[in-house]
Amino acid sequence: MKYVNKAVRKKDAMSLVTGQPVYTDDLAPKDCLVVKLLRSPHAHALIEEIKTDTAMKVPGMVCILTYKDVPQDRFTMAGQTYPEFSPYDRLILDRRVRFVGDAVAIVAGETEAAVDKALKMIKVKYQVLEAVLDFHEAKDNPVLIHPEDNWESRFPVGADNKRNLCASAEEGMGDLEAAFAKCKYIVDKTYHTKANQQAMMETFRSYTYLDHYGRLNIVSSTQVPFHARRILGRALGIGASKVRVIKPRIGGGFGAKQTLVTEIYPAIVTIKTGRTAKLVYSRYESQICSSPRHEMEVKVRVGADESGTILAVDMFTLSNTGAFGEHGPTTVALSGHKSIALYRNTEAYRFAYDVVYTNKMAAGAYRGYGATQGIFAMESAVNELAEMLHMDPVVLREKNMIHEGDKYIAYDGSPTVTSCTLDQCMEKAKEMIGWDEKYPRREMPNGKVRGVGVAMAMQGSSIAHVDVGGATLKLNEDASYTLSLGATDMGTGCDTVLSQMAADILGTDYDNIVVFGVDTDISPYDSGSYASSTTYITGKAVAKAGEKLREKIVQMGAQMLEAERDDVTFDGKVVCRKDGQGSVTLQEIGIKGTCGNNDALQVTESCSAEISPPPFMVGMAEVEVDRETGSVEVIDYVAVVDCGTPVNPNLARVQTEGGIAQGIGMALHEDIQYTAKGQMQNNSFMQYKIPTRLDVGKIRVEFQPSYEKSHPFGAKSIGEIVIDTPCPAIAAAVYNATGVRVEEMPIKPEKIAMGILNKY
Amino acid sequence: MKIKFSLNGKMVQEEIAPDLLLLDLLRQKGCYSVKRGCETANCGLCTVLMNKKPVLSCSVLAARADGQQIVTLEGMQEEAKEFGGFLADEGGEQCGFCNPGFIMNVFAMMEELQDPTEEEILEYLSGNLCRCSGFMSQTRSILKYLEYKKEQNKEA
Repeated sequence: MKYVNKAVRKKDAMSLVTGQPVYTDDLAPKDCLVVKLLRSPHAHALIEEIKTDTAMKVPGMVCILTYKDVPQDRFTMAGQTYPEFSPYDRLILDRRVRFVGDAVAIVAGETEAAVDKALKMIKVKYQVLEAVLDFHEAKDNPVLIHPEDNWESRFPVGADNKRNLCASAEEGMGDLEAAFAKCKYIVDKTYHTKANQQAMMETFRSYTYLDHYGRLNIVSSTQVPFHARRILGRALGIGASKVRVIKPRIGGGFGAKQTLVTEIYPAIVTIKTGRTAKLVYSRYESQICSSPRHEMEVKVRVGADESGTILAVDMFTLSNTGAFGEHGPTTVALSGHKSIALYRNTEAYRFAYDVVYTNKMAAGAYRGYGATQGIFAMESAVNELAEMLHMDPVVLREKNMIHEGDKYIAYDGSPTVTSCTLDQCMEKAKEMIGWDEKYPRREMPNGKVRGVGVAMAMQGSSIAHVDVGGATLKLNEDASYTLSLGATDMGTGCDTVLSQMAADILGTDYDNIVVFGVDTDISPYDSGSYASSTTYITGKAVAKAGEKLREKIVQMGAQMLEAERDDVTFDGKVVCRKDGQGSVTLQEIGIKGTCGNNDALQVTESCSAEISPPPFMVGMAEVEVDRETGSVEVIDYVAVVDCGTPVNPNLARVQTEGGIAQGIGMALHEDIQYTAKGQMQNNSFMQYKIPTRLDVGKIRVEFQPSYEKSHPFGAKSIGEIVIDTPCPAIAAAVYNATGVRVEEMPIKPEKIAMGILNKY
Repeated sequence: MKIKFSLNGKMVQEEIAPDLLLLDLLRQKGCYSVKRGCETANCGLCTVLMNKKPVLSCSVLAARADGQQIVTLEGMQEEAKEFGGFLADEGGEQCGFCNPGFIMNVFAMMEELQDPTEEEILEYLSGNLCRCSGFMSQTRSILKYLEYKKEQNKEA
């Protein structure tokens, strides 16, 4: 391996650091129509009357669309493989508005000033309805969020729009109560996480135009170009063949852009007017009407016997999908599957859930995808169990954690643990942070107190049997290779990582790989970059395509040398006859491919996987708490990760550091608050405080790679798992420092200060 | 209203609306490195230099540029490549969207602080948000770059 496991620079690095115009809004034509949305001021209402004629008189106005102007087939904006688990519950514009910020009208004009003026002149008469804002009261509430008859759930996920249910299920193993009967120690707690915003630096945006064939072209900051093509084809009633989606550079995604937040609006303007149209969300819009994490309340009962063997787990997750069901039925499953499965001795478990509609902003996909919420609950409960047992939480985990070769309990991605160094991750993390010296707390000379906390995590590597990775590799006449991808680099560096793999398979220089992605007209099909899939599943597709192209090169070389295939060798540069009677260079073969050739030196491969091998990690936090004010500072965060072979150790490290920082934000700063009328208050970076570089302390990352044999280079995923440990590890560290348990994220100073006050 | 200012070393004249923001003017003039990440002066993505001092161009009226010197990353391409190489060698550029504003502020810091400590660096750049990197790689790249510049100056 010359390039895999090497920290090469990202392919696009220099254009990014020099500020080149490579993002959606930089590329949009100057004469684009400006598109904006009129939004509902009510959490739940019916539009009785909407008057747009005066607004249309504003000079420069081109069109205003209302619910009367859109197709009536419902669809989902969730970027998932067809048929989606998410219910078909949306129209482009609906007469019923379901949250404060829901789209009421699409307004397009020549200038932003004209559109802003027109927005104020649209007159809407609403019939205000009672809203369901508390997700505890949503199920079987007489107020229905989706009473419509053409609401549709295409998968048996237990959805029922007449009960405000987006999904509901129960599963388990063994005799739960018999297992609990053996448990001397039982923790029974409820944990609550909020609808955090991904807050990628580039807000949602798309622009659309008709090409010379009259097809709808969409340039969009999206993680799911192929799903976007299919969904927009359906939503607009024109079919996927009439849609082309192009993904330029993306300014971050974290799952937010796995939902089609903006695409449909300029698209319908372009269809109606024939004009190029652009929609760029403000930060305000990105905060109040986008696709944040599912708020979840996870009730966990976990029991251990006298020796500290964890025997029984009972988990119930209540998930709030908000006004629409994007990713509702799927995120919730991870809350149990990827938390219960961390432990090997469980004799019986039950995992049940309800996903409910409410009159709040719809949720979506956010890094961790439900696992983050479930792991916060499970790991917090295990930390509490350790205390009950008077046992070091590290020791309790060492006794119960999953090992390579084990059968998974509750995990649906793979039957057995094919690669895992979780035990070594724990050992290394312990050593790095100095656990034995620091656990549980240290009084500091400045009057503050420091505590340490621990948590484990796992995620998946693509969705088994579902996700499809795609790669096209071709040899060019100058002996370079082109690698076309349908996977979406959103800054994570998958264009680079996949090029590294291609270079090693083909035995060529990394700089000799020209990488391209994504254009749905040109790229091979790929489900897109989500579900921790790209390194694993698209990586497998790249290797498969590389092997096949290599074989084609060898065969063509042999033909040119008038030799049998087995009588030549190929070292990546030259095909040689084994008898030494001649050779052809890669360039000569490339040229042959362009002259009198009947066999394209090009290979496209798809790849799906039977298993989804999880990465594992251990996170340990050291925090310093001021007992007077309750303020918490993260001093040190240690992470040891088993992502299999880190294909690019630099990029894997930065993924980990970034995920932990985002997790620190979720644990300590990022709050979501609604008014009694259903308005989201944290609607700017003033009110929604994502961490600055002063808020994250030191983040130290090491790798403890296993080798995942189902991947050509032994790699697993890294993108999502990294956000899963900060909430439970920091909550435990705060408890160890202060004796205050915080079971609702974020851990704000007032909760600690009040907790201390109530305690003593 | 009419304004005249120096943009990346060239004098430009522009007829502008009084409420036009500097950020929007700069993008209109083709300086696409200047990005908007929020509307509340919280993210630092739109940082440019006005008379060598860093300003948030989202919170400066274009009219204020009249008679001033404005520099964006387009005007510091050589420096951007040099420092950017250090950032790229850490994998710290990530999605790249915050890079221009961050890099402009790094240059402003180097103008303002002599031999800054790590703490001073973090403090100076605390207004530059990044959601991808978790900041560690950015700090590593700055420390290495400062060391490199020091060596370079010694040799000179």
